[in-house]
Amino acid sequence: MKKLVLTLILCIPNLVFASSGGPVLQKANTNVHDTAAVLDGAKLYFNYCIGCHSLQYARYQRFGEDMGLTTEQLKENFMFGAEKPGELITIGMPADDSKAWFGVTPPDLSVTGRSRGPDWIYTYLLSFYLDDAKASGVNNTLFKDVAMPHVLWDLQGWQKPVYKTVKGEDGHEHQALVGLELVDKDKMSEAEYKKKVEDYELSARNLTTFLEYMAEPAKLKRERLGIWVLAFLIFIMLPVTYLLKKEYWRDVH
Amino acid sequence: MMKTALTASLGWIDARFPLTKMWNEHLAEYYAPKNFNFWYYFGSLALMVLVIQILTGVFLTMNYKPDAAAAFASVEYIMRDVEWGWLIRYLHSTGASFFFITVYLHMFRGVMYGSYRKPRELVWVIGMLIYLCLMAEAFLGYLLPWGQMSYWGAQVIISLYGAIPYIGEPLSVWIRGDYVISDVTLNRFFAYHVISVPIILLALVVVHILALHHTGIGSNNPDGIEIKKQPKNEKGWYLDGIPFHPYYTVKDIFGVVVFLIIFCGIIFYAPEFGGYFLEHANFVPANPMQTPEHIAPLWFFTPFYAILRAVPDKFLGVIAMFAAVGIWFVLPWLDRSPVKSIRYKSPIFKAILALFVISFLALCYLGMQSATPILTNFARGFSVIYFAFFLLMPFYSTWGQCKPVPERVTS
Repeated sequence: MKKLVLTLILCIPNLVFASSGGPVLQKANTNVHDTAAVLDGAKLYFNYCIGCHSLQYARYQRFGEDMGLTTEQLKENFMFGAEKPGELITIGMPADDSKAWFGVTPPDLSVTGRSRGPDWIYTYLLSFYLDDAKASGVNNTLFKDVAMPHVLWDLQGWQKPVYKTVKGEDGHEHQALVGLELVDKDKMSEAEYKKKVEDYELSARNLTTFLEYMAEPAKLKRERLGIWVLAFLIFIMLPVTYLLKKEYWRDVH
Repeated sequence: MMKTALTASLGWIDARFPLTKMWNEHLAEYYAPKNFNFWYYFGSLALMVLVIQILTGVFLTMNYKPDAAAAFASVEYIMRDVEWGWLIRYLHSTGASFFFITVYLHMFRGVMYGSYRKPRELVWVIGMLIYLCLMAEAFLGYLLPWGQMSYWGAQVIISLYGAIPYIGEPLSVWIRGDYVISDVTLNRFFAYHVISVPIILLALVVVHILALHHTGIGSNNPDGIEIKKQPKNEKGWYLDGIPFHPYYTVKDIFGVVVFLIIFCGIIFYAPEFGGYFLEHANFVPANPMQTPEHIAPLWFFTPFYAILRAVPDKFLGVIAMFAAVGIWFVLPWLDRSPVKSIRYKSPIFKAILALFVISFLALCYLGMQSATPILTNFARGFSVIYFAFFLLMPFYSTWGQCKPVPERVTS
């Protein structure tokens, strides 16, 4: 019997491996409590993304309040398509038109920070590369044949795929995609290249941070409040109720 | 003066309603064994989760819209625009998972200490009915956020009824009220979720406690000794019994605090719990035209889902799935061991119970994964163990040497 139990336990790692798969995501390392990062990401979003991607469950006002912006700051910097701060962040592009133009309606991104997750968004933003076969001129290693063009190209520059010849399991040699690099890599010094890549990574991270905040604005309050709730339970309620129990149970043997 | 006034008003009430009688029967003079351990917290905790679910549920219905065109947005409205809406919703969504955690641990306690055995068979059967109601309640409620997993999970489960010969298709159309999951389905699921099932659930909980507190029955304990067969001491208590109030009320309050620490830790720092309590795909609005890559029910259903998928034939799979739940009902009549508690049962029983727990957890895991041939074979093996645990119990429960049961409870 014990042998059987042991065998089953030893099988668990195999089970885990048998079911692994999916793309490898890069860690976004976002922090939604970093207001500067959220604001920088918001600036990018309202300059590059809002044309196609609405945030229809969110309101300008709430965003302004969470970021500590005045109504003037909010209106001047973010409310390009809205009159009142209480409005939802919708877009003017009709869904049917965009479907005809791109083949698919660009999705609303209010909750994408939760459905896809920050790591996915970050990796996606880093994964565009030139592909002549596509109408938009680009493809994406994470989201194959995505309809979206590389909107942030003037921040990142164009990337090209890097292939390596590998010997497959069938014994034949073939080209395998091992990574992406900037087309203009050779025109830059090593330091310039490094800075260019890091600057874009920061922009992508901040944009991801904004979308993560957007997916759950309550996260800011939730994580700040949680400490106090837990501290109250652990340092006050736990000892009080423990001692109360002990006192009442003194005569039970 | 004050005291006499209070006693007088209590007398007035008692002459018209059995208030003191009920208080004494269920709390102050309800004698519970004094040796309850960790596992005995989960009954009262499950009751507390039920209260949390009802209270938060009431407030959610004030802003939720059971309309296919508005449901998803109304949940996001609760999360963003309703004052404390996010907290109410997380209490409810985390509460749903914790209801199952507490109930599973409560049931496991019953299995370990033989709490289902004579004279508590009906306590167990009523408890199983509560569990069924809970499953229905969770399934119905999961459609309401109207996300992709809400939609497709319900689609998959209701289509299972279609596997029943002859009446299957008409039956699944009757359940949905439509040929696919639609606005009609959402409306009726909402009605069941907030009215019918909770009423039945509450009634069953009362009946469960009444059956337990029935004269001469009372709570079992980790030693499986019937304390109500013992003589009483000078205070009128059974030798190993103590009044539920105040002893177990104060003890359970401590349990509640420990529970709340874990519960709040999740609500404030991991409300999605890595996709196990709130699935990532459910943050995408339901889209009848697009099937998600991977459809999996929430974790508390996955053992049964794994059993369903393990059977090659769909109809037989459905039968196996329902049998896997139904077989728990007859547990009191399958166990023929001379002792109740695992403490005195044979090593064979202990080993088989351990194997069952491993199988249950493994099935829970497998039900979340995409079905590959290897995993399906594993699910088959674990399903066989799952059923063997019950079906062979009349035999193996009599094997091996049991330890002698003491006269008095051990501390």
